[in-house]
Amino acid sequence: MIILALMGFMAVIGIAMARIRDLFAVVILGGIFSLLGAAVYVILDAVDVGFTEAAVGAGISTVLLLGTLALTTSEEKVTPESRSLVSIVAVIVTGAVLVYGTLDMPRYGDPTAPINHHVAPRYLEKSGDEVGLPNVVTSVLASYRGYDTLGETFVIFTAAVGVLAILGRSRRQPKRKRMKARKG
Amino acid sequence: MSHLVILRIVSKFLIPFIFIFALYVQWHGDFGPGGGFQAGVIFSSGFILYALIFGVSLTRQAAPAWLTRAALAIGVLLYSGVGVAGMVMGGNFLSYSVLADEPTHGQHLGILLVELGVGITVAAAMITIFLTFAGKDR
Repeated sequence: MIILALMGFMAVIGIAMARIRDLFAVVILGGIFSLLGAAVYVILDAVDVGFTEAAVGAGISTVLLLGTLALTTSEEKVTPESRSLVSIVAVIVTGAVLVYGTLDMPRYGDPTAPINHHVAPRYLEKSGDEVGLPNVVTSVLASYRGYDTLGETFVIFTAAVGVLAILGRSRRQPKRKRMKARKG
Repeated sequence: MSHLVILRIVSKFLIPFIFIFALYVQWHGDFGPGGGFQAGVIFSSGFILYALIFGVSLTRQAAPAWLTRAALAIGVLLYSGVGVAGMVMGGNFLSYSVLADEPTHGQHLGILLVELGVGITVAAAMITIFLTFAGKDR
């Protein structure tokens, strides 16, 4: 029941984000959307994911998007009506296909679902002896799936290096000019 | 925004608690929800709050560019280093069981260091990205 209310709020916010032209309001609504998403994850017992969503989605992403708005503009360019008609048809068709895809999926928390029969039982049974941590999520994340987490860390690293390569240069250039001036 | 007294005082009061909470999330990830990713983000949010209230240049004095850039690399190097250490001590890449005398102790040590590496890189990345964005127009 609560989850349906939260999903309803998320849908309303999604529509509002599509309708509103003021990008500042859109970014703030995006933050609220992420916070509701975090609440949904907590209800689904995925506390770690909810924590990450609240910290990254609702917190940092909102701040970074606001920073982007400060660098660019906070008014959205309006697309002509004809093109927006094409896009709404594309969105509705894609959404319908995705909903059709979920019809075949097992119910949430179904013990006979394939996801609960692959490696999950082994992790739950053996991680206490093999890793010895009370939080199995951390065992899976840092030990069993250490490669994946290493890759994720490199993704974050690459993102920061990319931002530095694009935006960080302008601050260094005056220094170089000063050095050249001094040499000359 | 440093001329707004309430914002200034409340943020000064909050920032130490943000850092403490980040460290709690970092080291308590073994027992409850949390870990390097979340801790890094929370840690960086302390710096971002400071930058929002007191400006980028003052924040850069606390977290100079060379430091955040070095930390960015140190985190991933620490993570990969733990992996290589596992190889040197006779296991596979990223196998922590060989790091200490007992396999579970090795796992504890490995996970602690790996999560620390994640935390350092994430915190440095978020601080770097925000300060680069915010410092652009000045």
